[in-house]
Amino acid sequence: MIFSKHKFILVFALTSALYASSNALAQVDAFQFDNVEQQSRFRQLSDELRCPMCQNTNLSGSTGGVAEDLRREIHRMIIEGMSNEEIEQFMFERYGDFIFYRPRLRAETILLWFGPIIFLVIGGFIAVGVFRRAKSVDETGLKLNDEQVTKLNELVGK
Amino acid sequence: MDTRTLPSMLIDKEMPTFSLTTIDGESVENKDLPNQTFLLNVWGSYCLPCLVEHPTFMRLSEEGQIPVVGINYKDRNELAKGWLETNGNPFAYSIEDLDGRFGIDLGVYGAPETYLVDSEGVIRYRHVSVLDETVWREEFLPAIRELRNGLE
Amino acid sequence: MIPELGQISLILALCLSILLSTLPIVGAAKDNFIWMNLARPLSAGIFVFLGLSLGILAHAFVTDDFSVQIVAAQSNSLLPMRYKLTALWGGHEGSFLLWTFMLAGWMLLVSIYSKSMPLQFVARVLGVLGILCVCYILFMLATSNPFARIVPLPPLDGSDLNTALQDFGFIVHPPTLYMGYVGFSVVFAFAIAALLSGKLDSAWARWSRPWANIAWAILTIGIALGSWWAYYELGWGGWWAWDPVENPPLITWLFGTALIHSLAVTEKRGVFKSWTVLLAILAFAGSLLGTFITRSGLLTSVHAFASDPTRGVFILGILGLTVGGALLLYAIRAPLMKSELGFTLVSREIFLLVNNVLLVVSAASIFLGTLFPMVYQALTDDLISIGPPYFNAIFVPLMIILFVFLGIGPISRWKRTSTEYLVKQVSKIAVASLFIGLVLPLLVLLEFSVAATVCVILASWIVLTMFKDLRNKVANKSLLWIGLRSLPRSYYGMLLAHIGVAVMLIGVGLTTYFSSERSVLLGPGEEVELGSYAFMFNGHEEIRGPNYIGERANISVTKNDSDLGTLFPERRIYLATGTPSTEMAIDAGFLRDLFITLGEEKEGGSWSMTVYVKPFVRWIWLGAIFMALGGSIAAVDKRYRVLRRRKPEKKKKEASEVALQPAS
Repeated sequence: MIFSKHKFILVFALTSALYASSNALAQVDAFQFDNVEQQSRFRQLSDELRCPMCQNTNLSGSTGGVAEDLRREIHRMIIEGMSNEEIEQFMFERYGDFIFYRPRLRAETILLWFGPIIFLVIGGFIAVGVFRRAKSVDETGLKLNDEQVTKLNELVGK
Repeated sequence: MDTRTLPSMLIDKEMPTFSLTTIDGESVENKDLPNQTFLLNVWGSYCLPCLVEHPTFMRLSEEGQIPVVGINYKDRNELAKGWLETNGNPFAYSIEDLDGRFGIDLGVYGAPETYLVDSEGVIRYRHVSVLDETVWREEFLPAIRELRNGLE
Repeated sequence: MIPELGQISLILALCLSILLSTLPIVGAAKDNFIWMNLARPLSAGIFVFLGLSLGILAHAFVTDDFSVQIVAAQSNSLLPMRYKLTALWGGHEGSFLLWTFMLAGWMLLVSIYSKSMPLQFVARVLGVLGILCVCYILFMLATSNPFARIVPLPPLDGSDLNTALQDFGFIVHPPTLYMGYVGFSVVFAFAIAALLSGKLDSAWARWSRPWANIAWAILTIGIALGSWWAYYELGWGGWWAWDPVENPPLITWLFGTALIHSLAVTEKRGVFKSWTVLLAILAFAGSLLGTFITRSGLLTSVHAFASDPTRGVFILGILGLTVGGALLLYAIRAPLMKSELGFTLVSREIFLLVNNVLLVVSAASIFLGTLFPMVYQALTDDLISIGPPYFNAIFVPLMIILFVFLGIGPISRWKRTSTEYLVKQVSKIAVASLFIGLVLPLLVLLEFSVAATVCVILASWIVLTMFKDLRNKVANKSLLWIGLRSLPRSYYGMLLAHIGVAVMLIGVGLTTYFSSERSVLLGPGEEVELGSYAFMFNGHEEIRGPNYIGERANISVTKNDSDLGTLFPERRIYLATGTPSTEMAIDAGFLRDLFITLGEEKEGGSWSMTVYVKPFVRWIWLGAIFMALGGSIAAVDKRYRVLRRRKPEKKKKEASEVALQPAS
């Protein structure tokens, strides 16, 4: 546990402009939670949800604007006892798939999630193919055909 | 391909339920919304593009073609009223959304945004950023015409 | 007037490129020595004219010539001189000129350091690079002219360089990245030349290896610089975001890593030939892919240049032409690429094959994740996001498997290794690694974490097996010193690079799971604690820079009551555009970083700020440096020079030496 000499002051830092540049400031608000589990849920959700108005940042990493409001909503929903799925559904109803950095598994995203496994299987087959080809070289060995035998004899001086 | 505009999740869905006040202090709920096709404009006194699209809304409100309801988004009451006084008020009324929660329910991600809502309170179209005459002509008029044709 | 000279210089470079892309290649097919010999001087000429173009553009920036469009877009009279120069690559046109110049630079190096290769081969290599030059310069002249002027009224001043780019990271990251990226064109050209000539022997592999290794090493540094820069610039301690523009260099790097390993096998054992050629084509395709993604406007990203569909189509065309042509050639020449020697199931070849498969599958998966949103949007008009949770879920398990094999590979023997032997070699190390992994994190960080344990186990495994192999190799020499000296540089390169992997792994694992941060509002004299560190806010002062004003906070740091110094985070406003920006204050350490980002001033002179403790974060880039050094050392192995030294020796000796191939 970390204690400070002075009490923490809870702030909801409001930035001055709605159009804060996404690369300038990290979030500087501090929410209070009932326990560590809630805190880490908040962190995880803020990390995995995308800021709708920024170019490419999560809610944790954006200042001001909608990102701040959405973090506040997540905090409220966690305190109210909503599950992660319910919170995600809330977000989906308002902002759609765009807001999820972890694409939800649906018919359209099956290719996305199973793609790597498919690649691995294909890679495995190719590897087996390469191995088999090389193995067949080994088995036939480096045998000389008749022409080469004659040539060898000539070189050796028979 | 426009990679920056989020498509609205509320198209063809009813307006989210709300019970708020206008910037003049009157209470307003879903049943108080206009009974005809109307525009819902998200604006703020701090928002420069809102100023840019303001003349279009003034013209629409003066011509009386279509009602315009405003949502004063994450603003300060005095500043909002002052802005309307200085620039003119095209809105039938402006719903006050101090902390942006109503905006979140609508899927707002940055003012200005304008929604086209039909007479049943169903959201039919959303435009993000400045609504100028070109946008009105090329995006909203056709959408409104389609709605009106659909009703007949 | 002068900028027009730059454009003329570009056109001249184009003319020379057209000649280079045709005459030497035809000459090689027809044994025409005159045409083949044109390759080197033409390459030099292209280098000169592209260099001239770049120099003239730099001159325009330095002299604040705002009649040139990109100078007006990227620069400003108040900009410090070093940023005026680097603003050259702040926008699409200038950075593409830099890209093309890098290619010319590599071409020049190839023409100088290719004396040991047959003329026919060199002519083809330079010819292929010439084709690339033609494509790139045409692209510039047609869609992205860096010398475009603003007429009739040039602005009085420029729009200023994006404040995030006014930084040392921007001076070094793009040129290094481009240098590495473009370097893979060289191995690509070697592969195409080999396919054209019909000879894919170990000589080709031996020639290609130094070029592949050096390009790979430079790309490693380029990517690491980007990560380091993002870390201290963007403000929340992130060092890799799986951003759609960060991913292509990583994809190329992964293909490149597979390539350098595959080349090793092809050179030494004559196997994996077709696979190696394919990897060379894929690594090159990766570099073009990166170009396409950044410049076609298909993406939303911190990195993306302004969008323009014509550019995207043009680059796709280049991609199709070069990679498509290469693959066609590959298919036609497929029968040539037969394995020379065989190998059994448990052998170093197999382990390197596994390495390749894992690296390529990782690259393909990242490619899938990067492109999927764009394809999805094109097909459904709907937006979808794919970010770190996806990429980490796919990449991390693959890498863990790779690291396990990383330990076994170097110890295994070519062609046939007895499983018994392997088990005997590594079983003790496996146990030791498990032990270290369980104990060390507990001692150092005082808490248990699965992630930290896995990282430390894998890192120990990699390092210990590496040293076991080293010990095996010097075991039968009389003196340790003699044993160490007898090992070739390529071995030390591998040693260092693999250790680099372990170092990076420690950095990544520990910083990801043990970083901590705290956001607070502090008044003057107030303090916040994080871990065993205490940060005391002492107040702030106004500052003024060459093109900005701002405030600087004074924060003293202590650890367990011993003074660690003062940090000065800043908030700036850049005068030209009014853009605000934060400068973090970092106390960099070997074992941890401390940093502070400043928020805003509130009533009573108190400031909101966030303090961070990031353990072992520097190890990430230290690992990358080791890897790059390892790759470079391997590239300058003596055997790559042997052929050159043979020339001045007598013919008699030559005859007998040609018969001997370096075996090891």
